[in-house]
Amino acid sequence: MIRGEKLSKRYGDIEAVSSTDIHIRAEAITVIMGGSGSGKTTLLRLLAGLEKPSEGHVFYGDENLSSISVKRLYELRERIGMLFQYSALLNSLDVYHNVAFPLHEHTDLDEDVIRTMVSMKLEQVGLRGFEHLMPSELSGGMAKRVAFARAMAMDPRIVFFDEPTSGLDPISAGVISTLIQDTSRMNRMTSVVVTHDVVAGLRIADHVILLWQGSIIAAGSAEEIRHSDDERVQQFLEGRPDGPIPFSRSTTSYVEDISHKPGTVRLDPHE
Amino acid sequence: MSDLFAKEQSTLAVFFGRLGRHALRGLEQLGDATRLGLHALSLMFVKPWQGKHYVLQMHALGVGSLAIIVITGAFTGMVLALQGYYTLAKFGSESLLGAGVGMSIIRELGPVLGAFMVIGRAGSSITAEIGIMRVTEQLDALEMMAVNPMQRIILPRIIATTLAVPLLVSIFDVVGIGSGYIVGVELLGVNPGAYMAELIAKIEMIDLNGGWVKGVVFGFLIGVICTYMGYRAEPTTEGVAKATTQAVVISSVSVLIIDYILTSFFL
Repeated sequence: MIRGEKLSKRYGDIEAVSSTDIHIRAEAITVIMGGSGSGKTTLLRLLAGLEKPSEGHVFYGDENLSSISVKRLYELRERIGMLFQYSALLNSLDVYHNVAFPLHEHTDLDEDVIRTMVSMKLEQVGLRGFEHLMPSELSGGMAKRVAFARAMAMDPRIVFFDEPTSGLDPISAGVISTLIQDTSRMNRMTSVVVTHDVVAGLRIADHVILLWQGSIIAAGSAEEIRHSDDERVQQFLEGRPDGPIPFSRSTTSYVEDISHKPGTVRLDPHE
Repeated sequence: MSDLFAKEQSTLAVFFGRLGRHALRGLEQLGDATRLGLHALSLMFVKPWQGKHYVLQMHALGVGSLAIIVITGAFTGMVLALQGYYTLAKFGSESLLGAGVGMSIIRELGPVLGAFMVIGRAGSSITAEIGIMRVTEQLDALEMMAVNPMQRIILPRIIATTLAVPLLVSIFDVVGIGSGYIVGVELLGVNPGAYMAELIAKIEMIDLNGGWVKGVVFGFLIGVICTYMGYRAEPTTEGVAKATTQAVVISSVSVLIIDYILTSFFL
């Protein structure tokens, strides 16, 4: 359904995503995992059309996102939802108007109907009765759930989730993961979830993609990923500090660096 | 000696290099801001209409800036009358006070000070608001909800400043001239008939038109610069703070430069 071909994204000298081919299965939950800075969010934003690739193309069915008109892009987006890492609720609107926003924008429904639909969505996330609160009055978990309800307001065919459980307590994270799983199955949605939460990711995924340094290093079902022979995959799943994926990103030696700064003692014992 | 010459040459090269880079960056930003302004304006005729948001923004900007405009206008008129009276008294021409206050305010002080007040009160908040929307991904959220932020966020603010600034300038003018009258006539004893007669006789339609044209141009300029700085702000807290400061500085300097150019046309 969604396909990325030879996708690359560079920010100056840094290549966040590097010549990646990706295929997102229709009506399934695809979880993209990887460490911090591995390019997961950039890849998600490329797939969602929020970033233009430096090279390569994103296809929705047969339509190339790079060559369709803005009008067509917005038509497509009326059927796409997105949950942002920091919720991205509109600060000037209360909970009700945030959830109702896409309905007000894209439908001619009566306010009574919209009110009922918003109630249903908020009931789904356990926040009915909180319609009057402003985003600044919500906890992180509540804001994520309101953002979830807003993402679902138009009953989308595709939903992108950017770090849906980050910064949440285990119970709130569990609630969000279950919501993603249940609504995706129930509404037969195509869901793309970016996370570094291994437990939640493997629990809800139909298909897992593991990224490292902007490239896909493993892809398959949760079971296949769990039993992968790839040392890098096992290191990531087990959270081991030592292994082929280095913790340090420094390109020069620490000792070299400090010993060449003016005013510092040279560490060479022969001098 | 040749070392010293080489060092001086390299210092000059560094200085001009930096100057050139700043100039290029400035031109690049000017081009980018112009493109953003024109793009936003082109969306004025594209559905869905944003009329409600133009009115909401005009209300927020206009009503929000009213108090500061009235206070600034009042004290500007008062101080002009005070200074003008003692200067004119030296030549025995106190009766010209009304014309002096009126011309100064309508031609220059109303549009320029009014624009400065709008920059400080509303322009900075426009930049900060849009910058925060960028940091918190609200602009991206709008994009993903198939709502064009350029049409929904940028355009209404440009329209609002363009229409509200000339109206605020008119209020500034009226309050300024009125407060000048109170100081000149009631406190300093200028003949009320002379004050009003000279004011009406010396102020021409071109003066009023010039003030309004300046108001429209300054309003558009403030709208484009402040929305641009917020829209292109680096998505960090520091980035938004920097963008807000830059928006105020660049808008204020631009108003003064454009004021000179427009004045040279109207005189």
